[in-house]
Amino acid sequence: MAELMVGATKRARPAGAGFDPVFRILCFAAATTLLTAIAGVLISLLIGGEPAFAKFGLRFFTSTVWNPVTDEYGGAGPIVGTLITAALALLLALPLAFGVAVFLTEFCPRPLRRPIGVAVELLAGVPSIVYGMWGLFVLAPLFAKYVEIPIMGLAPPGSIWETILSGVPNGSGLIAASIILAIMILPYIAATLRELFLTVPARVRESAYGVGCTSLEVVWSVTLPYVRKSAIGAVMLGLGRALGETMAVTFVIGNSHGFPTGIFDSGSTIASTIANEFAEATSDMHTSALLALGFVLFLITFAVLAMARALLGRKDPV
Amino acid sequence: MIRTLAVALGATLMAGVVAAQAAIITGAGATAPAPIYQKWAEAYKAKTGVGLNYQGIGSGGGIKQIEAKTVDFGASDKPLAAADLEKFGLLQFPTVIVGIAPVVNIPGVAAGQLHLNGQVLADIYLGEIKRWSDPRIAGLNKGVRLPNLPITVVHRSDGSGTTFLYTSYLKAVSPAWGKVGASDSVAWPVGQGGKGNDGVAAYVKQTPGSIGYVEYAFAKNNNLAYVDMADREGHFIAPNEQSFSAAAAHAEWRSADGFAPTLLDQPGANAWPISGATFILIYKNPGNAASTESVLKFFDWCYAAGDGMASELAYVPLPANVKTAIRHAWATEVKAGGKPVYVAH
Repeated sequence: MAELMVGATKRARPAGAGFDPVFRILCFAAATTLLTAIAGVLISLLIGGEPAFAKFGLRFFTSTVWNPVTDEYGGAGPIVGTLITAALALLLALPLAFGVAVFLTEFCPRPLRRPIGVAVELLAGVPSIVYGMWGLFVLAPLFAKYVEIPIMGLAPPGSIWETILSGVPNGSGLIAASIILAIMILPYIAATLRELFLTVPARVRESAYGVGCTSLEVVWSVTLPYVRKSAIGAVMLGLGRALGETMAVTFVIGNSHGFPTGIFDSGSTIASTIANEFAEATSDMHTSALLALGFVLFLITFAVLAMARALLGRKDPV
Repeated sequence: MIRTLAVALGATLMAGVVAAQAAIITGAGATAPAPIYQKWAEAYKAKTGVGLNYQGIGSGGGIKQIEAKTVDFGASDKPLAAADLEKFGLLQFPTVIVGIAPVVNIPGVAAGQLHLNGQVLADIYLGEIKRWSDPRIAGLNKGVRLPNLPITVVHRSDGSGTTFLYTSYLKAVSPAWGKVGASDSVAWPVGQGGKGNDGVAAYVKQTPGSIGYVEYAFAKNNNLAYVDMADREGHFIAPNEQSFSAAAAHAEWRSADGFAPTLLDQPGANAWPISGATFILIYKNPGNAASTESVLKFFDWCYAAGDGMASELAYVPLPANVKTAIRHAWATEVKAGGKPVYVAH
């Protein structure tokens, strides 16, 4: 039909010109649909969570009591658990991702470059439930046997260390969840960093080598400063993913509400709490508290991504 | 021309979908009985051609869906209170009985060797008994060597009818458990949460000195070391189909209570103390009488022909007198335009 119309109009106009306004409107519709969807989710989370916010007020953010029997909900445990696991995961993943990216751009022999690059991207494609099962059945027992129990044994009886290192010695807990998260966000950060490093003009790096810099000096003083701000953006993207990860964390975090008291302690995150309880939340306040938690997670993730956006959008100084 | 064709084709397809829908019963809810509902559905479809689309989305979801009338029946592990049934005009009836078994991982202790009673079990889950060598446990287990190992408590992390039954039992037998209460998820005083029966089983298997609770079918199929519990008279009995049936046999099942008598800690020889029924919810005055009729026909057939399949999957069928009472309730309470929707023969 479109072709017929174009054929009927003047020859001078380029083919397809008649469709252009339609194309523009379609693109605009696509963009606004997305925006409307995001706004819709945010607003419906806020409306759904409103009864919980109204009833508990600030206590929702400070209280660790999460009791479906008495309908008392405080989200401090899951909120803190979310922040701790995401931060720890980033701490673990960042040096590794940095190493992978530097190796791929600076040292990697050409024949190995593609296989390693593909392997990194493959890691990003593994479904999170698979990471969860692997974490529960493989990682947790190994972690308990070779890390947790030996370290717990080091604590002198009666000392403060006993409290810090306390927890259930079966490998599940905040640390195990952080390790799984680190493995999950590693490929994202590594792949983005590699792309960034490749944007450094060859002549800049080669001049540095030319004046006698070592590889370390080139990476540290030339490549990194060149991409610094974009690199922070890449890290934030990884953090955003760590904050919202659900299934893998639910499997290995130990799922106990309240503040963790030791590093091997069990905990919970916002996403794992929602995944665990939403299906069977029969009371209205329980559902509302979970939606309120969802709203908080949305805000945290949004803040992180907005920060990433701001940093990525800025032009790096040359 | 093409458009006319497309419209005609679309209309034919739609008609096909509508025709197919008439032969499908839709239900949603509890995950625990989902395997038996699916097995029954398969056999029923082979026999009658009427299919069942059952979605195991959780009891909470099942209750919400039937209240929203998006399904022909809802399913819940947690019985609704008589007042709620009244409010929504729902009829509630049980399908099968499930039993909960405490399971342990104690080096040197095999299935059925450890004996516990409700009091001690509650104290373990309250975190008041911290080691397996505790005298209160030793007192129930003369002749069993128990190591001086810390107890790791494992519970379900997801909201679950299993947790509802288990905490209801602890509440029934231990006054101290009152402060925690009974629900499908509670504020556990101690312990770690595993997701689903398999999550709990994995934690128990991987943690020496741990205790958890799973549906009996799960403990049996995975060879977990179950615990023998004290019945009302103080005899230690094992969880199995016979002891679950014994618990169901003594209860009084009445339509007015939504067919939900407590089966917990019942008197009677060999009655397993932690068992309960799982339920179906339908409207007493259904908007669509035909679909409710097909729901009742389906469950009537399950009661008549499905006991063997239930036992195979380690669910316990209802006693015959309970089935009779339920069929009577269908005939007298589920009505459309003053007439019974379905009368079982």
